[in-house]
Amino acid sequence: MRPFEYTSASDTAAAVEIVTGDPDAAYLAGGTTQVDLMLKDGVVEPRRLVDITRLPLRGIARIGDALHVGALTTMEELAADATVAERLPCVREALLHGASVQLRNMATIGGNVLQRTRCRYFRDPAVAACNKRAPGSGCAAIHGAARMHAILGASEHCIALHASDLCVALVALDAIVHVQGRDGERTVPLTELYVLPGDRPDVENVLVHGELITAIEVPLLPAGARSGYVKIRDRASYEFALVSVAAALVVEDGVIVQARVGLGGVGTIPWRARAAEQVLIGGRPGRALFAAAANAAIIDPYTVEGTRFKVTLAERAIVRALEDLVA
Amino acid sequence: MSACSVTLRVNGSSARLEIDSRVTLLDALRDHLGLTGTKKGCDQGACGACTVLLDGRRVLSCLTLAAQSDGREVTTIEGLSGEDGELHPMQAAFVRHDGFQCGYCTPGQIMSAVALLEEGRAGSDEEIKEFMSGNLCRCGAYPNIRAAIRDVAQRPAT
Repeated sequence: MRPFEYTSASDTAAAVEIVTGDPDAAYLAGGTTQVDLMLKDGVVEPRRLVDITRLPLRGIARIGDALHVGALTTMEELAADATVAERLPCVREALLHGASVQLRNMATIGGNVLQRTRCRYFRDPAVAACNKRAPGSGCAAIHGAARMHAILGASEHCIALHASDLCVALVALDAIVHVQGRDGERTVPLTELYVLPGDRPDVENVLVHGELITAIEVPLLPAGARSGYVKIRDRASYEFALVSVAAALVVEDGVIVQARVGLGGVGTIPWRARAAEQVLIGGRPGRALFAAAANAAIIDPYTVEGTRFKVTLAERAIVRALEDLVA
Repeated sequence: MSACSVTLRVNGSSARLEIDSRVTLLDALRDHLGLTGTKKGCDQGACGACTVLLDGRRVLSCLTLAAQSDGREVTTIEGLSGEDGELHPMQAAFVRHDGFQCGYCTPGQIMSAVALLEEGRAGSDEEIKEFMSGNLCRCGAYPNIRAAIRDVAQRPAT
């Protein structure tokens, strides 16, 4: 574990200035992934950590028909929010199904969005072949134990999973990421934040070094919408998803007028299943329609021996998530 | 050089430490302050043995840098008992219900259970199971751990 210089930031612009100006600097928020990858695994080695946890980027505000969630709001705080419980059940359920209470008290919403896409081979420096750690070195996971790996957006270069539960709901809801950089602020739709691994799995998002997420804007679902989060995993609690589904439906006069479907446990990025949504919209809720939507959701999966089961599991999970909403 | 100066406020006492920036709160408690009640299990955020309260909320001290805890209020298992050494009701309940075998995960279980009650999440066995899932017990003392928590949760507040 390489030594690093620790700084606690008290001003957002100053923190952005420091990290932007130093290619070996990184932000530290809740630390649940960053400290793990640095101190425990030794696979991420910034020389300077700028602790942002004391910056005034915490809290939840309703502005019009959206929730503005400060980047340093914790997962527990967002899960406890009354508007989230009432209008965004899929967000609340995704949060409460993600990690333990201890981790949720530490982990921030901004950090959750920017958690590393990672797998056990990436995390083990004794494994030589990892295109994410050492571009061009290969991928050990493809011929390894791949049960926890991705099938969508994956390729022979990388099958590491984006393990967030929350982001599955947030991509389905068209959340917007507010970013502050040295030259000012900008917004990025969450669905456009992540970059598919392609042949450069070390590049995970469109942010430039030093840009800081300050808030996440989550549009509220219409008052009559139903939404939920289904997570299938190897143990009942405190476990990553094999497959998960965030789904939201608005049904008027027996016809689906709005549908949102996000998939977790299967994607190299939090996955938006737009093809499934297109099948649902205009249809009448029921098993036949849901099965057709599920069938459309999984396009060109890249599977290896350990992940082949996920195609069928994902389709069934989608049907179940949708049936739960209209039950 | 990567040293930093940190003031840790633990169980009502204050201590100033000059430590390497890489030191976790867990190692600061155990190796620098001699508070070995908090246990190092997986040291990687997977087992909950290192659970402490930070500003009243349960967190994992193995994934918290000591430097991040500067000036914040830390409560460890040593801080639960009364001044005369009287056990905290949760500690007493764990003894009464035999809520452990080897005892290694116990300080983390108890710290988590104390927070669980504060959070109002001990209303049923299902709730206790779900919201204690971050604390693993490889001896499998879960039924007795739940019985201890249920016992304290059902007592009238004093």
